[in-house]
Amino acid sequence: MNAVLTKPNRTASRRPRRVRETPVDRIFLVGVYILLTTFLIVVLLPLWYILVSSFSSPAAVSAGEVFLWPVDFTLRGYEVVFTNSTILTGFANSAFYTVAGTAISVTLTVMLAYPLSRADFVGRKFLTGAVVFTMLFAGGLIPTYLVVQSMGMLDTRWALLIPKAVAVWPAILAITYFRTAIPDELREAGEIDGASDLRILWKVVLPLSAPMLAVIALMYAIVQWNSYFDALIYLRDDSLYPLQLVLRNILILNTDAGADVTAAIERQQLASLLKYSLIVVSTVPMMLIYPFVARYFTRGLLLGAVKG
Amino acid sequence: MVHTGLGTASASPPQVATRGLGASPSPRRHSGGRRGRLRRSVRRHWQLYLLVIPPLLYFLIFQYVPMANAIIAFKDFNVVEGIWGSPWAGLEYFERFFSNPMFTTVVSNTFLLSLYALIASFPIPIILALALNEIRARFFKRTVQMVTYAPYFISTVVVVSMAILILSPRIGLASDLTGFFGLPATDYLAQPDFFRHVYVWSEVWQTAGYSAVIYLAALAGVDPGLYEAAKVDGANRLQKIWHVDLPSITPTIVVVLILSVGSIMAVGFEKAFLLQNPLNLSQSEIIATYTYKIGIQNADFSLATAIGLFNSVINLVLLVAVNIVAKRVTGKGLW
Repeated sequence: MNAVLTKPNRTASRRPRRVRETPVDRIFLVGVYILLTTFLIVVLLPLWYILVSSFSSPAAVSAGEVFLWPVDFTLRGYEVVFTNSTILTGFANSAFYTVAGTAISVTLTVMLAYPLSRADFVGRKFLTGAVVFTMLFAGGLIPTYLVVQSMGMLDTRWALLIPKAVAVWPAILAITYFRTAIPDELREAGEIDGASDLRILWKVVLPLSAPMLAVIALMYAIVQWNSYFDALIYLRDDSLYPLQLVLRNILILNTDAGADVTAAIERQQLASLLKYSLIVVSTVPMMLIYPFVARYFTRGLLLGAVKG
Repeated sequence: MVHTGLGTASASPPQVATRGLGASPSPRRHSGGRRGRLRRSVRRHWQLYLLVIPPLLYFLIFQYVPMANAIIAFKDFNVVEGIWGSPWAGLEYFERFFSNPMFTTVVSNTFLLSLYALIASFPIPIILALALNEIRARFFKRTVQMVTYAPYFISTVVVVSMAILILSPRIGLASDLTGFFGLPATDYLAQPDFFRHVYVWSEVWQTAGYSAVIYLAALAGVDPGLYEAAKVDGANRLQKIWHVDLPSITPTIVVVLILSVGSIMAVGFEKAFLLQNPLNLSQSEIIATYTYKIGIQNADFSLATAIGLFNSVINLVLLVAVNIVAKRVTGKGLW
């Protein structure tokens, strides 16, 4: 999964270690395999169950007949999901919030982190302290709500983009990265060549920071894609709702979404089938990108862990 | 944005030139103090100071202004007179919260839920990481890691709805499994006693693989010489874990522990709120959900702020306390 993680093991396996395995160790190792297999099954089973249910007939699902394999295979649930305008709007909104929010967040984080990473920036310690303090103490829900309200952001898309724009953890990560991974000599060389601070940031520092930028972009994107609470308190207009809030209304509050079906029972069954398909559909985007981003994400966690 | 400023930036005179200007009052450089140093630094690196203004404004407006706004906990807030114009109420709202019968329920629910979540979700990632570290079969190791990591990418809304579907009586996966062992189906979410288990174990399911990564990284950094030494001393695998692996990752464990204790009262609002229903309210109503109901739904801003403030202060005290203890015990802390 990760070069950093697997490298030491690779060298270790070349040693004739396995040959000298004692019986006690072998039993222990079997125990480890059993434990890990259990972990694997426990994590996979719910995912698999949702997936097979989403392909089963509404009647079979509501009768509780589905267990490990689809019963009366159908794509009916998916048809409903992809023709429902509320869900599609939610998808589009979430895509917008995720892209725009991540762009804003990453830009602001870099603008904060780069100056604070520079030893010759006077007031760096005080400002870093002021930023980190917000992680320990917060004004709370209502005082924040009042600010958002007074800025005229209620019921606008801004309410989901601005109030949570900068997070402390990614900022610390960026500061640490700028300070440790970018050699000071590069900046000095740039200064001697007459480059301004902004030019050094843009032409030298940022290109060298691609892995870190990817990591913080991912952190912000995941939070933005998954959040529903801000939308719940700040938005009234349902055409602005992100997908997660739409999902909450359909999946948890049981708001009727399959309006085009006539017979009451069939409609009820379809509503429950729709839930399974909806879960699959809404999770697929994340599951598709996750194998590609996991490596970066791991690296980001490591960066953060080093700092502690 | 950063990019737009660049055209003008590159057109400005080279910054080296200002070095000469700044050097003119050089005798004062040592005696000029903080002020003088700031002035020189700003003159030379004005772009950095300009750059940092928008994010600092963000922190000022969306973090520090709310802290100041929290003063409405001590006032009879009304919209017409505003935050500063509203009359003082002293500790009235705190008293109202403390004397409310919900106080004990909400505070103990929050505390028990967090504590349970902490105890359950803390050791499992460590065990997972230690076990993965023993495995040499790369395919198996990678599979386990990828699969256990995956749920982290599923949103809370979806995890909660999966829990609701799986636990639904009669048709869910849980009843299939209990039925297999001949046990009766139960409506778990309608029983207050099950709320905490559902909350905590769905949390563990979702985050264990993700949290394990930090420990795996720490384990990868263990000095191979220590393993050699342990082998020479005739240690078996379990002894190796106990005497080499665990002590090596202790600093990481401490940091993660402090961070989790720090958020003990900030227990995830989002999830508790989603899992809540009128039937399990006696255990699922926590400070955060209660604040939401008082503040947003009943629009009792002062009371809700008082409750939120109470929560923040406890949180801060806990964090500071744990840090002190951690420093005493292990010599490591967050600050």
